[in-house]
Amino acid sequence: MPSVAMTVNGKAASGEVETRTLLVHFLRENLRLTGTHVGCDTSQCGACVVHVNGKAVKSCTMLAVQAEGAQVTTIEGLAKDGTLHPVQAAFKEHHGLQCGFCTPGMIMTAVDMIRRIPNLDEKTIRSELEGNLCRCTGYQNIVKAIDAASKEMKGAHA
Amino acid sequence: MYQFQYFRPKSLDEARKLYENNGDAKFLAGGQTLIPTLKQRLAQPTALIDLGGIAMSGIKVAGGVVTIGAGTKHFDVATSADVKGTIPALAHLAGHIGDPAVRHMGTLGGSIANNDPAADYPAAALGLGATIKTTSRSINADDFFTGMFETALEEGEIVTEVSFPVPEKAAYMKFPNPASRYAMVGVFVAKTKTGVRVAVTGAASSVFRESAMEAALAKSFTPDAVAGIKVSPANMNGDLHGTAEYRAHLVTVMAKRAVAAAIA
Amino acid sequence: MTAPVIGASIRRKEDHRFITGQGRYTDDINRHGQTHAYFVRSPHAHAKLRGVDTSAARAAKGVVGVLTGADLAADKLGGLICGWMITSKDGTPMKAGAHPALAVDTVRYVGDHIAIVIAETYGQAKDAAELVKVEYEELPPVVDPAKAQSDATQVHAEAPRNTIYQWEIGNKPETEAAFAKAAQIVKLDLTNNRLIPNAMEPRACVGEYDDATSGYTLYVTSQNPHVARLVMSAFIGIAPEHKLRVVAPDVGGGFGSKIFIYAEEVVCTWASKKVRRPVKWTAERSESFLSDAHGRDHVTHAELALDADAKMLGLRVKTIANLGAYMSTFSSSVPTYLYGTLLSGQYDLSAIYAEVDAVYTNTAPVDAYRGAGRPEATYVIERIVEEAARQLKLDPVAFRRKNFVRKFPHQTPVIMNYDAGDYDASLDAALKLADYAGFPARKAAAKAQGKLRGLGFSTYIEACGLAPSAAVGSLGAGVGLWESAEVRVTPTGGVEVFTGAHSHGQGHETTFAQVVAGRLGIPMENVEIIHGDTNSVQFGMGTYGSRAAVGLTAVSRALDKIEAKAKKIAAHVLEASAADIVFENGEFKVAGTDRKLAFHEVALNAYVAHKFPTSEIEPGLKESVFHDPTNFTFPAGTHICEVEIDPDTGVTTIVSFTAVDDFGNVINPMIVEGQVQGGIAQGIGQALLEHGVYDKDSGQLITGSYMDYTMPRADDLPSYKLGFTVTPCPSNPLGMKGCGEAGAIASPAAVMNAVTDALGVKEFNMPATPSRVWAAIHRTRAAAE
Repeated sequence: MPSVAMTVNGKAASGEVETRTLLVHFLRENLRLTGTHVGCDTSQCGACVVHVNGKAVKSCTMLAVQAEGAQVTTIEGLAKDGTLHPVQAAFKEHHGLQCGFCTPGMIMTAVDMIRRIPNLDEKTIRSELEGNLCRCTGYQNIVKAIDAASKEMKGAHA
Repeated sequence: MYQFQYFRPKSLDEARKLYENNGDAKFLAGGQTLIPTLKQRLAQPTALIDLGGIAMSGIKVAGGVVTIGAGTKHFDVATSADVKGTIPALAHLAGHIGDPAVRHMGTLGGSIANNDPAADYPAAALGLGATIKTTSRSINADDFFTGMFETALEEGEIVTEVSFPVPEKAAYMKFPNPASRYAMVGVFVAKTKTGVRVAVTGAASSVFRESAMEAALAKSFTPDAVAGIKVSPANMNGDLHGTAEYRAHLVTVMAKRAVAAAIA
Repeated sequence: MTAPVIGASIRRKEDHRFITGQGRYTDDINRHGQTHAYFVRSPHAHAKLRGVDTSAARAAKGVVGVLTGADLAADKLGGLICGWMITSKDGTPMKAGAHPALAVDTVRYVGDHIAIVIAETYGQAKDAAELVKVEYEELPPVVDPAKAQSDATQVHAEAPRNTIYQWEIGNKPETEAAFAKAAQIVKLDLTNNRLIPNAMEPRACVGEYDDATSGYTLYVTSQNPHVARLVMSAFIGIAPEHKLRVVAPDVGGGFGSKIFIYAEEVVCTWASKKVRRPVKWTAERSESFLSDAHGRDHVTHAELALDADAKMLGLRVKTIANLGAYMSTFSSSVPTYLYGTLLSGQYDLSAIYAEVDAVYTNTAPVDAYRGAGRPEATYVIERIVEEAARQLKLDPVAFRRKNFVRKFPHQTPVIMNYDAGDYDASLDAALKLADYAGFPARKAAAKAQGKLRGLGFSTYIEACGLAPSAAVGSLGAGVGLWESAEVRVTPTGGVEVFTGAHSHGQGHETTFAQVVAGRLGIPMENVEIIHGDTNSVQFGMGTYGSRAAVGLTAVSRALDKIEAKAKKIAAHVLEASAADIVFENGEFKVAGTDRKLAFHEVALNAYVAHKFPTSEIEPGLKESVFHDPTNFTFPAGTHICEVEIDPDTGVTTIVSFTAVDDFGNVINPMIVEGQVQGGIAQGIGQALLEHGVYDKDSGQLITGSYMDYTMPRADDLPSYKLGFTVTPCPSNPLGMKGCGEAGAIASPAAVMNAVTDALGVKEFNMPATPSRVWAAIHRTRAAAE
């Protein structure tokens, strides 16, 4: 079996995998980082979104071996020293989650979205969420949380 | 997924050799179509040759032509100042393929080589009269897309870059499938130095040019010129999401809207 | 003193683990020595099994075991059951076919279970599953529910004409009389489209057998672990209840689909003893599409009788309900007692007669999905009421008002006794929020832009709580529908609440803690809500049908008992009479003095037991309650939808959606709003996007993935305008009614009334997809030309 090595949440991580092992399964099974979820098998639901080299990708649509040498950030690596990332805090404050299953992917997508787009509005947020499904919230409070986090983070950097 | 061998060559030459030495190998580009296909066990290659380690990405503008490396991600085309400044319709198209996470992985070469009947890039390539450069030759877009999931590529031949002539005006209008968000009908219209081109994706088994519309738009590049053109449903796809008649109708509506956007 | 806790939008206690990736869902659980399972499923809708050869699969790399229906039968395990007996109008019991967890001689839908392949890794199990050779003799499938009763093919030998039951409700003679004297009769044909629930967490389980205790543990994505244990023990016979522990950890959404007892969890539990290793199975989404119980799927003809003054006289309904290939756990109750009983809506109707024929087809089983029967009832009554207003050329608001129930309690002809409500209040509030007065101008403006605008109402009522037990028992329910609560106060004053309700997104860890903290005057963080494990909670019915109000009442009543005992203890400690002890703001005080004890001091005294006679008062502070409600609760309200249709493409855009709901008293408005928003999204999904479709010839599921099943995405939906009115519920001390399903119940009719208003058509079935809307416009225009 091939071995694979990468940096996950700032720490070196390696393991033996099958070539067909998806990145999400390497994270969940080998590294026991079970915050990244699998909600579909057609690369549409976004429960598996993580950041690879700083960009949001679907970890169910990438082989673990493709991530050789990459910098990977998962939901577990977002809070720093026990302080929630502003997007995490906003999801709680604005009730942007119910069952919590889509939440890690939503938050990772939101962080990426805020990084890329300086002036988010409701329409843009909804359109940027095209690759993330939620069945509980009807999205309204997710949109609200991302909007609030975006404004807060802009304020912090201004 | 079935088991397969995985290779990550550093050069095109190495990639070609690996292909020749592995019975039923497939090239892996961004993987955003191939990996879902493998997950569904709809294909069983013996080996995957990952092109991600070969330097094939980048965008150049020179002599009225935008040349984009096959490994360039959709996201990079969508956000490129060069593309937006020369062919904004192409940046717009790239910015509406899949979703943001897919655009961070998917590549131009992978999309073109796969020629999914509902993919967006083939419409741009055909609509702009692009030239597809491969490891062995250059192919006109008109000759490249040959059928459903079929192209003029030979065994082991790899797309390396695509050159898009800068048009006078162009726009792409997509009507997404409500479920998959792939193009149910996508129409790329372009007014180029060599004439008007109208390429339609999603509606039929493969991307095609709509010659009646091209002729009408050559006379008058206005939405009204195509508004009255009824497209035959004979060769259109029909499914749960829309009959052939509906798709044929949408071709006209999307063409009209694309022309309006192009001249706006 | 701090602000009131009950009624405040307290942020959720459970969120921290979910937003940091620490949630613990079933697939996150890995047991020592665990194996992985994959199920061999039927690719055919209907076939005889001529042979199942597992030899090659058994020999494959990593395979630990392969088990089939023959193995299950050899161990004499019972089949899956339907727990609600429905009696047909001719007095005969429903005709249910057997439902083995692994097929024995026949497969009846695409996805039906044939064998389990267990291997060291999931990939190996899936690889080996392809080596199981199954010989099928294909049979013609029954697919269309409307034609099932005349189909030559029979799905189950037990059910002639594929008819499970022919049920009726209401007062037939009065209804006939009402129609005989009607000045006008409005008729409408409707279908309620099949939906596929799609909780984002796919179903999963881990079965584990422990030789040391000869007991089983099942970790499973369940909304009601105790019921799962009861059924698996009493009916399927895996183990006695005390040798079977069922744990439902964090569950990623249910919407009904995780109430039921499924083949996979039964087989994995049983198989864990066969292979002497824990067996884990997690559905791939495509398996969820095939094998999760689907929802809705009704074909209905409805008629409304009116007098010359537009007063409703009677309603007649005939429905065919598709229950799929097998009767799922609660399937029989959904199109009967959860449907027929709500057909009176908010209207004063003295005559209603409804008939429901339930049929078998070669499709996935159909059972409760968010709202379960009540959305179907609301869709019938609210569509025909709107249609009647149009035919009478009356304003739909005025027509509704003319017929509203205004005196409570109100006995309907279909069992329900409405206890409280104010339907005008929610309608008035909704009209204002939606700017109904401004609609004609907006419609005209849209028309000038070439767009079609429409507006639709849904003034709904629903019934939550599914109780009292004796009442549901008399109607055929196999279980009582009470709920339990146990409140344990620790010696240091912490409070553990054990509830039989299960939280899978509803936020019980917060709302239940609010009720406890508010009542006892202690901080929220001193309260722990424990649920979902049969080893912790003695028994409970789980969560569905917005039953948390039942669970909360049980908690509230247990707190009554805690308070009563604590007062007695405090009286001894403070050397006062128990009658003089008052409990307020978390303190026990001797009335009129400054002598007092904090809650935690009384707790400590209860356990130390030095200062009261233990012959009169037992040491400790722990109370439990089994609460059986006295009535259903009746949330009601008004939803208004405004749509704009692009006639060129057929795309329907919801430009505004207003919902004003009366849920009685609310514990946490933030959570209630979240429930409404999510419910409306599912209702809009049903109306505009979602449709579970089987090929009518082959019985193959066409919408078997997100490539073809249209899940609502963020950009399909608007932000909603929400409002609330309050008439407290008289049947529970907190005055709550339940809020989990109203959105999904009310909204489809509002959307479709708006769509048909915009299109100017009478009959138009869900979902209003662009292609179908365009086709309707196209037909209308062609007819006009």
